[in-house]
This record gives sequence, structure tokens and C-alpha cells, in this order.
Amino acid sequence: MKKFLLKGIFNDKGRSLLPIIVVATGTMVTVLLYSWITGIMGESIEMSSNMNTGDLKVMTRLYAEDYEQLPNDLAILNADALIAELKEMEPSVEWVKRIRFGALADFPDSLGETRGQGPVAGWAIDMLTTGTKEPHRFNLEGSVIQGSLPKSPGQCLLSEDLAKKFSIGPGDSFTLFGTTMEGGFSFRNFTVSGTVRFGAAGLDRGAVIIDISDAQSAFGMESAAGEILGYLPDTWYDDDVALSIKDKFNQKYSGDTDGFAPVMMTLKEQSGMADMVEYTNYISGLMVFIFVAAMSIVLWNGGLLGGLRRYTEFGVRLALGEDKGHIYKTLLYEALMIGTIGSILGTIIGVLIVLYLNVHGVNLSGMMKNSTLLLPSIFRPAITSTIYYIGFIPGIFSMILGNGIAGLGIYKRETARLFNELEV
Amino acid sequence: MDNELIVKLENVTKRFPAGKTEFTALSNINLTFGKGEFAGLVGPSGSGKTTLLNIIGSLDTPTEGKAIVLGKTINSLSHKEAAALRNYGIGFIFQTYNLLPVYSVYDNVEFALLLQTMGSTQRKKAVMEALDWVGLADRASSKPSTLSGGECQRVAIARAMVKRPQLVLADEPSANLDSNNSHNIVQTMKRLNKELNTTFIFSTHDQKVMQYLERVIYLKDGKVERDETGGNNHAGI
Ligand SMILES: Nc1ncnc2c1ncn2[C@@H]1O[C@H](COP(=O)(O)OP(=O)(O)OP(=O)(O)O)[C@@H](O)[C@H]1O
Ligand SMILES: [Mg+2]
Repeated sequence: MKKFLLKGIFNDKGRSLLPIIVVATGTMVTVLLYSWITGIMGESIEMSSNMNTGDLKVMTRLYAEDYEQLPNDLAILNADALIAELKEMEPSVEWVKRIRFGALADFPDSLGETRGQGPVAGWAIDMLTTGTKEPHRFNLEGSVIQGSLPKSPGQCLLSEDLAKKFSIGPGDSFTLFGTTMEGGFSFRNFTVSGTVRFGAAGLDRGAVIIDISDAQSAFGMESAAGEILGYLPDTWYDDDVALSIKDKFNQKYSGDTDGFAPVMMTLKEQSGMADMVEYTNYISGLMVFIFVAAMSIVLWNGGLLGGLRRYTEFGVRLALGEDKGHIYKTLLYEALMIGTIGSILGTIIGVLIVLYLNVHGVNLSGMMKNSTLLLPSIFRPAITSTIYYIGFIPGIFSMILGNGIAGLGIYKRETARLFNELEV
Repeated sequence: MDNELIVKLENVTKRFPAGKTEFTALSNINLTFGKGEFAGLVGPSGSGKTTLLNIIGSLDTPTEGKAIVLGKTINSLSHKEAAALRNYGIGFIFQTYNLLPVYSVYDNVEFALLLQTMGSTQRKKAVMEALDWVGLADRASSKPSTLSGGECQRVAIARAMVKRPQLVLADEPSANLDSNNSHNIVQTMKRLNKELNTTFIFSTHDQKVMQYLERVIYLKDGKVERDETGGNNHAGI
């Protein structure tokens, strides 16, 4: 019987061609959208991880209570000792010092008088130690518009938009006004070595990137750091691994009641990141649902037309002694076969396109000009194991649902009626 | 011919809803058909021939009265039981052949057996034998669209006969055929009727068919007008 049905599917193009095309298209689009969304989300998460959250972040407890305010007066005092300790505990994770700060930039004219002032968001990262991976994390090399990366203390990078606004470029100096760790007033002169644009408006409006050693001396934070970030060896953030490291570390300090005792947070626990991860899952679920619904309607109609075309066949089969329930079951079986064939085709095409786009990337910087999100400008769909099967869910489900509904008409019809329609 | 009863109709009445009233297609039919009969229902269009064949074939049920076919009471069969009765006991031949166009001649005949539990070797033998009966073994792999009308109807006969049913119902089997093919078809059926002792019930308008019938039942307005046995058998094999 199965062979008989398969022969029918292959011999009768009208029965199989349209549904296979619909299913394959839907499956392909599902694969593309899914890999696309996970790609964008994944890269956004990675960008956040690289610039703000790390895969893991260590702060003092007091700092952690209010970490979005960057309370540097509550920084980790002996950062190097803590890093040594972290390294011993988790050698595979890379631990780096960071100081985030807000400051006022004062741009002088040729006489040293203030020409303009503006608030800046500051990142102090390790740019000068040989072998440091921090510039790579910020993709500094690729983001430079004018000049070059800092090569010695006292040099900094300025976002291109800010530099333009105050007509300042490589080689020019300006003053950064901030607060010391003790709450005092601090100022320090920096020389612009280059300007950068990240393609993320939140960053490009007014960022200054200085070396961690300059920040420590400018803000009276010698041997201190606001945050220590940890990076897992894998490119993709793995929440389970991050959580286990975090639990292990926090367990160690659970008995310490000092407000300056260190505490660890995972990427997902930091502001907005959990939402982003959940959102990714939610969107992909929603997408599959929409495709199931839309394709089911198309396939339902296809199934109705196909059913009408096959009234003779159903009538004959009834007369030959097949019962209606069995005919209905064979319709579902055919739907399963066609759905599977279509899904396999659609998945193959979809995955090939994903592989291509993943290598070549799609530059969306034009579209992202006004974005306030921390998003990269070149997108790549993500290659995950999910893309090999996600398309089968709408592909097979919609085919069975669509044909199941269409077939109900045949199932409900009286045997005699079905049979009489044979003669027409 | 033995006297085993194949079909027994007792006061069979069939009404169809027609707007607010009802239309009586068959009224009080009392008929019996024995094993090996070669009988025909004859009558003008609308006289109820197809309706009666459908009831005998368990595709429909009487509104009143009782129809017993191969020992089963049609009125009380479930869908599945009716399907099983058709599957093992009854073969159908239609005016419009109704072969499945996407399948080969062989597949069309084989389908009747797929619904039964039969091993594939045995099935293959049965299909080829049935195609032999109708002289089409050499066309087994052809598609129906490449056959003539007469050949199509012979495939349909093979399909009806392949499971060796006790009863074959043929609704105007020659209506779409020319004179030569009509004779050929009916002769084929008559031969199988004799060889396998299968009961055949036709409906027909066709004089060429009628001359082969051993029994002719005249229907008019859903009633049996005449039931003539034996008189018309001059063209038997
Ligand atoms: N499902 C149905 N609903 C309503 N009326 C029906 C139905 N089936 C048959 N009839 C009516 O019952 C009557 C008998 O129909 P039937 O098809 O049995 O006639 P017939 O003798 O086979 O005619 P023909 O020689 O044209 O095939 C007709 O008047 C027909 O319109
Ligand atoms: Mg009729």
C-alpha cells in the first residue's frame, strides 16, 4: 500500500509538485529567518559581551548593587591579585581589567582656551600590553577611521562623530575631567591617536577609549579596576558553563560579609541580556508558528483542490472495499511523505544559502545609521545545529494540518454521495 | 447452478430528500439472486437501477426493508464492515471505467488486492491471471490513457475479478463502447461467469447486452415491473 501511494505521489505531478514547492519554500524561508535572527542576536550578544558585560563579570558587592551607574569609588582595590586568583580557579577563562567611566571632555583652541565641551562615555581597556586581545574584542583595528591605535600611554581613541563635532583629529590634545576614586576632582590631558566608528550609534555618539594604566593613574585607581571581565574559550556564550563558574566563585566568597568582597555575574544576568536571549528563542518560536499557519492555509487549499481532482480515485477505492477512515489515513501518509520531501529540499537549499551568507556576510550599515542598539553592521546568519531540523517543523506539520483539514470533507461525506459523484 | 442465495431483497424502499418532501427512488423491491446468475436490471433513466445496485453493493442503505448480501444485512453494517464486504465479496464495473490514470494497468488491477492480506508473489500471480482472462497481460505496464475504451473496460473487469468475488455489479458497462467492444465485454464476463461461477448483476439499456442475460428484471419508477428468466439466452457461449 505504501508503495502504491508513493507511486501515486511520483507519477502525479499535480498531487506533489505544488505542495512540494510550497513546503520547500516555507522550509527554506524558515531556515533562513531562523539562522538570520540567531545570527543577529548572537552577534549582538557577542558584541555586548566584548564591550560591556563579558561572559562573566566580577565586581565588588557594593559596585554590583549599582553597576550600571559605574560607581568607581567602589572598585576592586587589588585587581591584579584577584585576577591571579581567578586564573588559578579557571585557567581556561581569560580575565581582564576594565574601568568604565563618565567624564567631561574639554577641547581647547590653539591658545588653550576652551573651544567646546561635551560628556563622553569612557572605556579603559588594556591596549598596550603585548599580546593583549582587548583591541581585537572592540574590533579597533577595523573601526579606525583616521589615525591609528594608541602606541603609548597618554594616547586615546575618540569616536569619529565626536571628533568631527569639535573639529579635532589625530595629534590634537584635549582634557578629560572626571572624579577620582576618593570622590575628588581629576583632570588629565590626552592626545588623540585616531578616531573610530563602530557602526553602533550608542557608541559612536561620544566615546573615548583610553588605556587601563592611564585610567588608573588619572582617577587615582592605582592597582584598582571597576570590573574584571572573564571570557570563555568558546566564541559563543554558553550559559551553563558561565553559571557553573559563577556559582563556584560566589560560593567561595559566600562567608565574606565585606561590601568590597568580589561577586560574579554571568552575561545573561546583566541588564537586558536575559531578555535578549529569551527574545531570540521567542522570536524563533513565533516564526515557526506563523509559517505553520500560513503554509497550512495554502496547503489546505491545495489539498482541497487535489481532493476534488481525486474524487474518482476515492470513489473507486471505496467501491473496491477501502473504508473512508483508511482513505483519510492514506491522505495523511501522503502528506507526511510530501512534507518530508519538501522539507528536505527546502532545508538543503536554505542551509546552502546560509553557508554562503555566513562566509560573505551582509553589510547593513546603511540601514543601521540611526540605531541606538549595540548592533554590528555586518550580519552573518548563524550556523547552528538547529537549522538542520527547524524547517521540518513547519514543513511537515503544515502539510499534515492542511491536508488533514482538506480531507475532513471527504471523510464526512456519505459513502453513497462520494460514490455517486463518481459518475458525474 | 446451485441454489445458494447471494442477494436477498425484502421490501427494499429508498427515499431521497427532495426539498421539503421526499422522492421515492425504489419502492418495495423483492428480489433474490442465486449463485452464478447472470442477470440484468433494465429500465428507463431514473427508474432506480443505479440506486438498487448501490444498495446491493453496500455503498448505500435502504430507507426501509432489508437487503441481505452474501449473508450480511446491509442496513446494519458499519463503515468498516461494509468496506470489508466489498473488499472480499463484491467487484464493481462502471460505465466510465474509472481506472486510476496515474497508475499502470498492472497497478490498477493490483490495487484491489492491496486491501487484502496477500503475499506479494501470490498477488502478482493473481494479477497476471486476471489480465490473462481479459487478454491484456501484454499491456500490464501501459498507462490507461494509452488504451482504447474497450481495453479500459477489460482492465476494469480484471480489477473486479482479480479477487474472485462472489458477486460482480456492473452499472451500464457497455454504455460508452461501440458495438464490437460491447459484445466482447459481455462475452468476457459471461465466460468468467461460467468459469468461476460468479454472480453478475448488470444495469443496462443496451439490447446487445440484454441478449446475453439469463434473467432480465424490468424496473419502472422504482418498482419491479417484470422479472423474466431464461427467455433471452440465445447468445450464450
Ligand atoms: N443521492 C440522491 N439524492 C436524490 N435523488 C437521487 C439520488 N440518487 C438518485 N436519485 C434519484 O433517484 C432516481 C433513480 O436514480 P438512479 O440513478 O437509480 O436511476 P437509473 O435507473 O440508474 O438511471 P440512469 O439510467 O439514468 O442511470 C432518479 O430520479 C434520481 O434523480
Ligand atoms: Mg444509473
